[in-house]
Amino acid sequence: MIQIEKISKKFGKLSVLNSVDLFLNKGECIALVGPNGCGKTTLIKIILGMVIPDTGNILVNNESILKAELYKKQIGYMPQIGRYPQNMTIGQIIKMIKGIRNSDAELDYDLYKAYDLDSLLDKKMSTLSGGTMQKVSAVLAFMFNPAILILDEPTAGLDPIAAEKLKQKIIAEKQKGKLIIITSHLLSELDDMVSELIFMQEGDIIFHQSVSALKKYTQTEKISKAILQILKAGKNGKNI
Amino acid sequence: MGRIFKYVMLDIMKNKFVMIYTFILVLIGWSAFTLEDSSAKGILTLLNLILLTVPLVSILFSAIYIYNSAEFIELLISHPIKRKKIWLSLFWGLNSSLVTAFIIGAGIPLLIFAEPPLSFLMIGIGILITTIFVSIAMLCTIVYKDKAKGIGLTIVLWIYFALLFDGILLFLLFQFADYPIEQPMVLMTALSPLDLSRILILLQLDTSAIMGYTGAIFKDFFGTTIGMVVSLGLLILWGVLPFAYSLSKFKKKDL
Repeated sequence: MIQIEKISKKFGKLSVLNSVDLFLNKGECIALVGPNGCGKTTLIKIILGMVIPDTGNILVNNESILKAELYKKQIGYMPQIGRYPQNMTIGQIIKMIKGIRNSDAELDYDLYKAYDLDSLLDKKMSTLSGGTMQKVSAVLAFMFNPAILILDEPTAGLDPIAAEKLKQKIIAEKQKGKLIIITSHLLSELDDMVSELIFMQEGDIIFHQSVSALKKYTQTEKISKAILQILKAGKNGKNI
Repeated sequence: MGRIFKYVMLDIMKNKFVMIYTFILVLIGWSAFTLEDSSAKGILTLLNLILLTVPLVSILFSAIYIYNSAEFIELLISHPIKRKKIWLSLFWGLNSSLVTAFIIGAGIPLLIFAEPPLSFLMIGIGILITTIFVSIAMLCTIVYKDKAKGIGLTIVLWIYFALLFDGILLFLLFQFADYPIEQPMVLMTALSPLDLSRILILLQLDTSAIMGYTGAIFKDFFGTTIGMVVSLGLLILWGVLPFAYSLSKFKKKDL
């Protein structure tokens, strides 16, 4: 569904992505993990057309996304830190995005109801806590029933109950056959959601494996332990 | 264009600054003509308004507005909207609200108190100057990502166009007084939209008679129809080029 071909990006002299190749299929829930500053968010922003790559190409449903914008109709994006016009209320933001998207697909109000946004519609964005802002981002990402969901640190800042609701929603959407891309540092949270794992380091893909194969190879039950084991093996000079 | 333009306009209208700007223009426009006994003095007051206040307000307000819209732009880009559309909507939103303020504030008194060819010329030039400085402001916001630097640049540019450029012209005029530099001077005015506008308007006033030999050279060029068309064309270029360049940069900008 998403095909990434030799994407490179430099910010000044700093090379953030070095010729990254990836193929992401629908029906998968993919975790993008790696240390801070390894290029996860940049890769996501390139898929969304917010950052323009220096070289390489990205195809969504076999069409290049460079200089295109209609493909974004199929993408729901939840940013790491939501940035919204400060003088608008939650209600106005939601109404505006609906107007901009102008989607004829049926809207998905599951999270909207779960987070009880109805009672918050008149609140200005400048008065919101980080967690409430994340809830708004989550609601907007899922609202238009997109075929691809890109979630950048979705549960960071959410309280445990809200995070659990979001996890249930992610699992439900995965079962509908959508492509879900998650970045997260909370590896323990990913266990019951993800089916594939991509590990990045300093702008390179270290490995891209299905979770079951990974667990089998390392003979562990938890993703976090599996990653640790592979990293240790990598240091000792072995490769997978 | 429609939907995004509508949101930008609504947002600018909510911002009380444009209202205050309109009100101040109305105040100056009407008092210039009603407090003075001759309309010529009122026209000179409005000329200074067009050459100093209008560019300053246009360039500063636009730059600050674009910097404050950073979140709005980021939000829109993750949705299916062309970058070109976002940038154009911001430009037209700023431009049409500032032009409307100018027409209400200065245009109406000009139509009432000044003679037709001159009043139309002044309104036209006021609109062009607003557009030019909105366009330059948008280029400044692209040049610097940092708000303080970008707004600093807009102020420096305003000082350059409104004050320094004249100083440079005068300096050259005195330094090379022994040479026939009148024709190069005509060319040099094309480098500042405010000087072009000032000459275009002054030549329509009776005061041009006292400008001496240089005035005559200017009149030879700017007084003719071709001169008028060329200088209006240059003003339009001043409005289009900075914006076009900023648009091509914005399309490739990382957010």
